[in-house]
Amino acid sequence: MSVTWGLNWPDQVNNTYWEYEMTLMTKFLGASAALALSAGAALADPAIIFDLGGKFDKSFNEAAFGGAQRWAEETGGSFAEFEITSDAQREQAIRQFAEAGNNPIVMAGFSWATPLETVAKDYPDLKFEIIDMVVDLPNVTSVVFNEHEGSYLVGMMAAMASESGTVGFIGGMDIPLIRKFACGYAQGVMAVNPDATVISNMTGTTPSAWNDPVKGSELTLAQISQGADVVYAAAGGTGVGVLQTAADQGILSIGVDSNQNYLHPGQVLTSMMKRVDNAVYEAFTAGADLAPGFNVMGVANGGVGYALDDNNASLVSAEMQAAVDQAAADISSGALMVHDYMSDETCDALSF
Amino acid sequence: MEKMPKWADVILIPAISILLAAIISGLVLLATGKDPLNALAIMFDGAVGSSRAWGYTLYYATNFIFTGLAVAVAFHARMFNIGGEGQALLGGVGVAVACLYIPWPHWTLALLGAIVLSGIFGAFWAAIPAFLQAKRGSHIVITTIMFNFIAYSLINHLLVNVMKPAGVMEPATASFPEAAHLPNFHDILGLVGIDFAMDAPANIAFFVALLACWFLWALIWRTRIGYQIRQFGESESAARYAGVSPTKIIMISMILSGMFAGMMSINNVMGEAERLVLNSAEGAGFIGIAVALMGRNHPVGIVLAAILFGFLYQGGTQLSIQAQIPKEMVVVIQSLVILFTGALDHMVRSPVERIFLALRRKEA
Repeated sequence: MSVTWGLNWPDQVNNTYWEYEMTLMTKFLGASAALALSAGAALADPAIIFDLGGKFDKSFNEAAFGGAQRWAEETGGSFAEFEITSDAQREQAIRQFAEAGNNPIVMAGFSWATPLETVAKDYPDLKFEIIDMVVDLPNVTSVVFNEHEGSYLVGMMAAMASESGTVGFIGGMDIPLIRKFACGYAQGVMAVNPDATVISNMTGTTPSAWNDPVKGSELTLAQISQGADVVYAAAGGTGVGVLQTAADQGILSIGVDSNQNYLHPGQVLTSMMKRVDNAVYEAFTAGADLAPGFNVMGVANGGVGYALDDNNASLVSAEMQAAVDQAAADISSGALMVHDYMSDETCDALSF
Repeated sequence: MEKMPKWADVILIPAISILLAAIISGLVLLATGKDPLNALAIMFDGAVGSSRAWGYTLYYATNFIFTGLAVAVAFHARMFNIGGEGQALLGGVGVAVACLYIPWPHWTLALLGAIVLSGIFGAFWAAIPAFLQAKRGSHIVITTIMFNFIAYSLINHLLVNVMKPAGVMEPATASFPEAAHLPNFHDILGLVGIDFAMDAPANIAFFVALLACWFLWALIWRTRIGYQIRQFGESESAARYAGVSPTKIIMISMILSGMFAGMMSINNVMGEAERLVLNSAEGAGFIGIAVALMGRNHPVGIVLAAILFGFLYQGGTQLSIQAQIPKEMVVVIQSLVILFTGALDHMVRSPVERIFLALRRKEA
């Protein structure tokens, strides 16, 4: 049946479509037969659902997609995916993938917690993973990242690379998650140079704030005019404009989430790596055996960190690297505590 | 004499337009290597093929009915309200205030309270541009667009700094208490023995929207103020000569418009999300413009157009999930339908009219 329809379709499409025909058939066959059928056609294919903003945001969602793709290339497996375009689609998307038997189902973004709590209870045999938020259920894996620790490290590098003593931060939207980035960054800067100035700007208040390179470019120019000579962007696709303008104006920039050093070789100081890709890759690799629980990904276990490769090797001095690696070791051992904005919603190093 | 019978105007022309849009969408899908017939089947089954599908389609349609009414009532006075989005967002704040800070004993009272507060908040957000238009001549299109952005910023501030529970990462209010949860179609239709899908978001707000449609019809075509609004819209100078106050009409039509837009939030904020999140209106305020244009600013037309848009939203979502078609392709299909039914109306209308005229000449 699926062969007649699925002429040019990739494998995972055939699979989901096969399920779709199953649901059509079940209408005629009745509920008990349906159970038997879908059990027979149970799919182990994992699924990933992207948040608003889309999978090609050069940042968070794209990192998640990268992890899924790496898994597909290495194992030759296939996965189902969906990009939501409305908040109302969250529960709908999780439920449909669950009904199709996709396992595990991974979703990236803090807004998934409420719908996932509702749906995960209805499918106790399936495994779910949520990134950036905690859902406490026996079949859900929660992965959160210590963005403040990684931001602290790149903040130190920014302060060391800065000649003017003024560095910039450009966030996407004024939300707690981005304040967490900014607060860690400012602490890192102050740790190296207590007299430094951190200029912080947010891009906007609409969803387009995460994908507005032009606005990112304007804000970078504004920060340069105030003396900034290193700019850290935590703003999704907007960051592309920040990095571009920084390179054009001859100052340094810092990328976020993925390794963005390659975008302007020799002009991007480093990138704050948030290994969302690893989280997705590991969930897909574990498959149906994904262990539920609560994973904190920090500097200690390589969940966050700074990027060093051929593109920025000339910008990172041995002294700089030694200082940052020392701080990373201290954070890992617990000797150095970076204040987490979310712990009490305050930040001494920076005001919002 | 009419150029063609009414049934052709109301049914035949939209049907031909949708057919043309479907054919071109099919060609686009073929070009990308997908099976268009299969896609069509998925869209229909996903949007109207089950009670859950209907639940989503009517949920979206409810949003569009409210915003469509908002645009229509203002347009009868020839006020072009582009600010439905901001007014709907403010209405969401009204719903959140009603549900979070007032302990309602029962959902019926909570619903009434939410309708009143969301209407007031939305109306307030429309009243400021209306006042500037009436008293200062600031163009309503410009000011309402600007007020959308002010609304985004205001809500961002409210959610991050004021209404968000402490220690929570997501910029959203707490979930509304149980007593403020609206019954969905599963609960309502269950009373009359119809088994409706439990997890579909369509809720009692749909019936509120239908009541609002009746209210708009009665107001515009059955009251003195409605007559004055239409009179003002057709000719401002004639209305002025007849003793109608332009300030009064601008204020009333825009306040009603903002009220309808704000009331949308009882559907998406109170009925579906049960908490206020960033960007809760999700563009429904802008879709309302297309809905009102397509529905010719008449309540019946608005309901039909809103259901068509709900169908496109929900069918498109299912297409994306089940056939793994990228969301951009879904937008292309949605746009084609809007283009043909809304913007290219005359392309179909003129030839059909000529055919009917030719037929009539033959009879005569």
